[in-house]
Amino acid sequence: MNALSIQGLAKRFGDVQAVSDVSVEVLEGELFGFLGPNGAGKTTTINMLTGLARPDTGTVRIGGIDCTQNPKAAQHLTGVVPDESNLYPELTGFQNLCFCAALYGIRKTERENRARELLDTFSLTDAKDRKFVGYSKGMKRKLTIAAGIIHRPHILFLDEPTTGIDVASARQIRQLVADLNQSGTTIFLTTHYIEEAERLCGRIAFIVKGSIVRIDTVADLIQPIQDKHVMQIAVSNAGARLEYKLTAAFPRLAFQCLNLGLIRVESDQPIRIGPLVRFMEALGVEVNEARRMRLSLEDVFVRITGIEADAMKKEKEKGGGKP
Amino acid sequence: MKRWIAFWNIFVKDLRAYYLKPPNISWGLIFPFAWTGMFFIKSGGVQDVLRMVPGVISLSILFGTTSLLSVTVTFEKKGKSFDRLLLAPIPLNLLMLAKTSGAILFGVVNAFVPILMAAFLTDLSQVNWGAAIPAIVLIAMSSTFLGLFVAVSVSEVFEAQTFSNFFRFPMVFLCGLFFPIERLPIFLKPLSYLFPLTYGVDILHGSFHGGHMMAFSTDFTALSLFCMVLFLISLRNIGKRWIL
Repeated sequence: MNALSIQGLAKRFGDVQAVSDVSVEVLEGELFGFLGPNGAGKTTTINMLTGLARPDTGTVRIGGIDCTQNPKAAQHLTGVVPDESNLYPELTGFQNLCFCAALYGIRKTERENRARELLDTFSLTDAKDRKFVGYSKGMKRKLTIAAGIIHRPHILFLDEPTTGIDVASARQIRQLVADLNQSGTTIFLTTHYIEEAERLCGRIAFIVKGSIVRIDTVADLIQPIQDKHVMQIAVSNAGARLEYKLTAAFPRLAFQCLNLGLIRVESDQPIRIGPLVRFMEALGVEVNEARRMRLSLEDVFVRITGIEADAMKKEKEKGGGKP
Repeated sequence: MKRWIAFWNIFVKDLRAYYLKPPNISWGLIFPFAWTGMFFIKSGGVQDVLRMVPGVISLSILFGTTSLLSVTVTFEKKGKSFDRLLLAPIPLNLLMLAKTSGAILFGVVNAFVPILMAAFLTDLSQVNWGAAIPAIVLIAMSSTFLGLFVAVSVSEVFEAQTFSNFFRFPMVFLCGLFFPIERLPIFLKPLSYLFPLTYGVDILHGSFHGGHMMAFSTDFTALSLFCMVLFLISLRNIGKRWIL
């Protein structure tokens, strides 16, 4: 059964078509990834799914309820973790969770027990009486996720959960998200971290300029490139025409100079490194290191969208000012 | 029942987070205290106190409610914590009533500062409390909803204060507080009747010393209509501006 069904969703802001003809089905208990660069329409889509924006066209059904006609009717089924931690700075962690539970009509004893349980799960018990404003970015993010699930939602919308936080907190949050999904919560995750989506999600949609360009399981997305053999070779004294010379000498291999000191080699057959090293040394190029690469979802994303993943990350972190 | 749990908790949270904070308590007490003291010192004697109190009550409510509500709502909207409320399964009208209830209560409490001071100086036993108290509540409601209207129209906290003054100061001078409406220039008179405070002040004048221009029923009807219209316009604007 579908937890979420989106058909032909579109939204325009003035001259900008933010989202156009987005159709997605998310299954019960699925962890679905929504992947795209900054400005691709991810947050606008989430806002339309949760009732913070009205679609121009299209329908959204959550748990069978038509949210486009009656957004309020489905809000007790949804939990939302926005891309910015937006709890109340003047309240403590415990008060914030209790207040968020009260917004869903949960009675005092139940909401206090649930808040304690979540503070424990998210390792925030020691900070429960500290004001939210004094939390670190990682702690803020964790408490915001806890607030999003305080009412045990049917489907959780997670918008960029690990942007701008330290590695240890990000890892902990990924584990919490995985555990939450294991416990049966359907999760709709937007992220620009491709490796995060690859690690967590069962299926992924790539969205670029407001349109979905591909939806598939991670396994099926990676499958066409799984038989590829890729190697990166670090060199010094490489001349400007090295890529051309290599291509001419080894026509069955594909070469790409990533920069002056790094060459990427790709082939359908296993790559023999000896002839390559000897050829380059004969040209006066010093080979420092050769490393076999595992192709990942990032490569699939680059092939499908034409967008470099590193550029996407940098753009997001530069423009976001995220917690 | 679930909706009322949400309503009550929003109300209590706002009281704790904003209205019971020391700077706001001092604003709520010192401001009406200063107004009252200033007018009492300037007044001609104890008899004049009853004529002064309605104006001071109205000013205290107007400035207290509009300042705090417009700033707190703008602050929450800017910090995006207001989105959390919009995402909760509470009807928008109930949500906004919960958000404004704290400010209304704050305005009513503000009104009792000049009343308590006046009680030490003169006999208030002749005051028609049956009209005065509902009028105080309605003035607090209409001023709060004016604050809400302002909050929904701006995006920055400083804009909220500036835009509030755009309404507050003409209202103070044209509602019959400082100059009786009948003595205003002919082209300004119609403007007076466009402000909710005019009707509230009229009821208070009638309740405290019997000098009112319009029938209480007219005043109450007009004030109630202003409350309803301001609230409905604000709801419509929230729907248009904040739910994109």
